[in-house]
Parts: sequence; structure tokens; C-alpha cells
Amino acid sequence: MPLPDLMDISYYFEQAGVGLGREETFKIFLALKNLVDTHTLQNVRFWGKVFGTVKNYIVAEVEYREGAEDDEVEEEEVEEKVQEEEEEDEKNEEEDLPKTDYKPPPKIPKEENGTGCNKKTYFVCNEPGTEWIKLPPVDPAEIVCARQLKKFFTGDLSAPVISYPPFPGLEMNYLRAQIARISAATHISPIDYFKFEEDDDDDSDGEGRDSYTINVEFEPLPVYELVDPSLNNWVHHMQHILPQGRCQWVNPTLKTENEEFDEDEEEEENEDPDEPQQEEGPPLLTMINQDSDVDGLPAWSAARSSDLIPAYSVAVLKSNTWPGACTFGFDKKFENVYIGFGHKYSSENYSPPPPPPVFEEYLTDLEVTEVLIRL
Amino acid sequence: MNSEGLTLSIEYLASTGILLSTEQKAALQTSLVMLQNAQKFHEVHFWGKIVGIKESYFIASGIGKGNELQDRKFLYSQDCMKWCMLPILADSRAQMCRSLSGRFIGDPTYEYEYIDVKVVGEGEEAEEETNTVLVKEEDRLAAVIDEIDKEVHIVPRGAYVKTATAKIVTNRSFEGLNNLDCKKLCSYFHFRNTPNTDNIKLLAKATLDQSIDFWSTLNTIAEGCWHFTLKEEVADHPQKSPLARILILPRPLEQKKIR
Repeated sequence: MPLPDLMDISYYFEQAGVGLGREETFKIFLALKNLVDTHTLQNVRFWGKVFGTVKNYIVAEVEYREGAEDDEVEEEEVEEKVQEEEEEDEKNEEEDLPKTDYKPPPKIPKEENGTGCNKKTYFVCNEPGTEWIKLPPVDPAEIVCARQLKKFFTGDLSAPVISYPPFPGLEMNYLRAQIARISAATHISPIDYFKFEEDDDDDSDGEGRDSYTINVEFEPLPVYELVDPSLNNWVHHMQHILPQGRCQWVNPTLKTENEEFDEDEEEEENEDPDEPQQEEGPPLLTMINQDSDVDGLPAWSAARSSDLIPAYSVAVLKSNTWPGACTFGFDKKFENVYIGFGHKYSSENYSPPPPPPVFEEYLTDLEVTEVLIRL
Repeated sequence: MNSEGLTLSIEYLASTGILLSTEQKAALQTSLVMLQNAQKFHEVHFWGKIVGIKESYFIASGIGKGNELQDRKFLYSQDCMKWCMLPILADSRAQMCRSLSGRFIGDPTYEYEYIDVKVVGEGEEAEEETNTVLVKEEDRLAAVIDEIDKEVHIVPRGAYVKTATAKIVTNRSFEGLNNLDCKKLCSYFHFRNTPNTDNIKLLAKATLDQSIDFWSTLNTIAEGCWHFTLKEEVADHPQKSPLARILILPRPLEQKKIR
């Protein structure tokens, strides 16, 4: 049954003081049911609500059934090919102009659907009951840029994101990038709930572990252990996003075979002085106490939902890096949700990065400087 | 939010993520009434919640029989049962507290270090003298609440009137703003003790009502700070004007329900 029991989950969140009110949650429940009925989905989860200035976004996290997503993606690819052919005609006209030496940094390819940052697909709608719109898969460049921005969402997916550094996309891409960052940082589960499949011998370096299964023998921890301030009973089950913007590192300077034949002569002259170093992040299923501190304080705040009746209280974890992200744990149930503006916490006010320094036109040597000669 | 209708009124803000758990609502229902009786307040308002790392603070304000604006005392609690009065700070102390940044810890006795750098001497002899002052979290809480209140506490036009004796009282015949006025910035006032500082042309001033328009409207801050959303609440009373939810940037967690 792909549809979760949202009312049950929201009951636990209500005890934690997190949620959207019963009526709105029920409307979201019905909207999720609508989503399940119109698409072939394996899993649906209510991811959370992102507030915007004019309208809000309700986000659903979805996992397609194997093969079902490819059918939907094929239709989109046909449209893209037509556009590429038109662009080639324009390039032939520009051959007479001088060409610059500048080579833009190599584009880092985005991850395949179903892996890394694009493991899950996200649907958004403005109000429960309006149409669910599918968000495009996230690009590493978008994540790298989103890390340097702090913009409020307006509620319109096709609104431009006017910022410095210029964001390569519209608000739907910015939203998708923020969702990816929040999921990677704040989706946690009790330890041993998920475990790695044991026959992964070829990826024994620990690099390629990106899949896990539900542990059938999971024994739920009592609430006082889940709320333990050492935070060693919770793990991340979403992969960490590397500084590159992907979950799996890719060397951007590796050239394909076609390109190597053309550029053999140039390679000797222009070799990259630094081979890009492989970026590593914490592996999957690391404990949350490994998360870096915020202002010297722990990244997560754990508390019981009720001190008056501790026997039936729920363990509540709130993130301090992404205010608005909350997790509850009770018996065998746990769930993550995000209700907020989609911004990371920072104790200082946001200021955009300064523009890069102005390029030097020419070297200022003695030979080149102009000297006044009085005759 | 008035403590009398708290459990009902807080539902209106639910879709903006502001929620109190059932336990907190039950505790507030009883403790605010007890607070009102014990401290002999005319009214008790639930101001809100400030979330700290370890614990959260629940803030209430008790209003005496006098002027609602002047006669306000703020109290805080961590478990919604036991309330403590917040100190009233001197200006210099409040200034120190405002420059502290970072999250609240949740322990009212926690001490922050405020480092005051003074330049002593003139010209070449100038030396920097650092003076470390310890500021308690309780004081910081009082300063922050004061600051938030000054910037963000707004009321619709007509909700308060100034009587002939210059006393500011709630307008009992206020029926709410209609659909058109709901979304205008000029139909809301800042609830603070400063006179109307708007730049209004003389002709417009003639149309103002002295008993209602004595505070500055929301036009004073740069545009883009305030955002309105209207939410239709069909279930309750179809004749009532829709609920206006006002979102304030840069303090986005403050939401005001205006009927």
C-alpha cells in the first residue's frame, strides 16, 4: 500500500508540537491519495511544507515502481532533441569571429534517476487539491549555487530566481535543490532500522554503498534511549551531498574518447596544475552525532514530547542546522517532516558572495607602462 | 492572542506550522487562568513561543486595567505551568542583548559573554579595552521579545480607539475588516507607543479619524517585508470576511491572525 497513514503520523507529530493542523493534514492526505491513484508509485511520503511569500508548497516524496518512471521520462526526451537541432544551425554563422581561449569549467553530469540526489522524485502543489506538479531531477550545479543563496520562495514554480551567483534555473529548480539538501541533511532513522545488504562484495570500499533494506529483525528502542543526548541511536539514511553537488564523486576532467583525439596537441601545453581531489563524504548510515556543530551547539535537539507522562511520550528530534526539520520516533514508527521556509540556519545575516576579482588585461611590466618623455 | 479563546484561535494559525501540542494547550488553559487570578491581571494574552536548543520558552503578557499599551508585563515559562516575570531592562543592557546572536539555549540562567570593545585614549595612544560582561539568557529573552514586539505587533485599523481621556481601549464594536481592506498595508497599525509618523498629505489627513488613526501604519517599513494571504474559512461563518494571514519578513515566524 503506497499511501502512508498520514493521520496516524500527524498524531505523533502533534504531540511534538509540529504539524499543520488536523483539517489541512486531512486535505493533504486526500491529495496524496489522488497522487497515488493517478501514477504508478511504489512509495509516497508527505515530505513537508515549504512556505512562500505569495503561495506555499506542499511537497510529496515519491518512489516510482521499477520501470514506471522510464515511461514518463521518454516523452520528455523527445521534446528536448528537437530543440538541439535548431541550435546547431545558428552556430555555423559565427565561424568568422575570433574565438576566445576561455574554457568554462567542465559541466558535472547530474545523477541518474534513482541514484544519489535523484533517488526519489518530488511532486509539489500549492494547495491540497490543486494539481501535483513533478519537479525535475536536480543538477549538481544547482546545488552548488543554492548553497550560496538565500532566497524566499514565491509560490510560483516558473518564477525566475534573481540572485548572485546567478542561479541556473527557475524557482522549481531552486526548490528541488533545497529539497535535496534538506533531505540529505535531515532524514534520519533509528539505528538498525535499515541495514546494508550483505552480499555487496564488489563495493567493499564503502564508496558505492547507496542502497539499504529494511531490517526485519529490528527491535524498537525505548524512548529514553532515542532521546539520549549522545544522539547515537539515529542514523542518516539519505546520502550526504559532496561539495561537488553530487552524492557519488565524478572526476570532471576525465575526457571522453572523442575529445582526446582532437585535443592531443593542446594537452601538453595546458595541463591542469591540480588534479581534482576526490571528494569524500560520510558514508550512508552514519550516526547523527557525527553532524557538524552549529555555533558550538549540537546539530540536533532531542527531547521527549511529554515530561508529565513519560511512559507514552514520543521521542522528538529537531534539527538545528535546518530549522523546521523534525523527526519523531515511537516504538516501531518514525517519520521525518519539514515545515519551514527552506533555509539553513545561520547566526549571521546573509550577505551574497562578492563578485570575482576583475581580470587583468595585460601584465604591467616596465616594457609595457607608458612613460612621459619630455622633448 | 487572548487566553480566553486560545485553544480555538491557535487552530487558525495551524496551516502556517504554528501548533501547540494537546498537552501544552491543556496546561495553558489552566495556568493562564491561574496566572490572571494570582497577579490580578485584567487580561492575559499568549504572546508566543521562542524555541531554544534544549528547551522552549512560552511567553505570555499580562495586561492590567490601565492602558493596554503601557500596562503590559511579560512572563515566561518552560513547561506552560510555572510562570516567571521577565525583567524590564535598562537601555544600555538592552543594547548589549541585541548584539548577541545565535540560538537561545533554553536555560534562563545561562550566561552569554558580551565583549565590549572601547577605544581609550586619542590618536597614537589609542588602545582597545575589552570589557567582558556576562548577560543572562533571561535578560536576552526580555530584550528580544521587546524588539520583536516593537517591529511586528500589528492590529487592524479600528480595533483600538483613543478615548477622550487619551486612553487606548479595544473597540467593542469592531466587526473586522472587509475583503478589500484586508490586503492593504494601510489598514494595519503598529501596536507601539509612537505617534503616527507617516508622511501623509494634508488633504488625506483631513479624512483620518483622530480616535482611530493615531498609530503609524505598516507603510513605514520597506515594501516586501509584509505579505498577505487570505484563507477562506468556509466551515465557520460564511458571512465573515476571510482570514488574513500576514507573513512578516525578516521575522518570518510571526504570524498574525486578523479576523
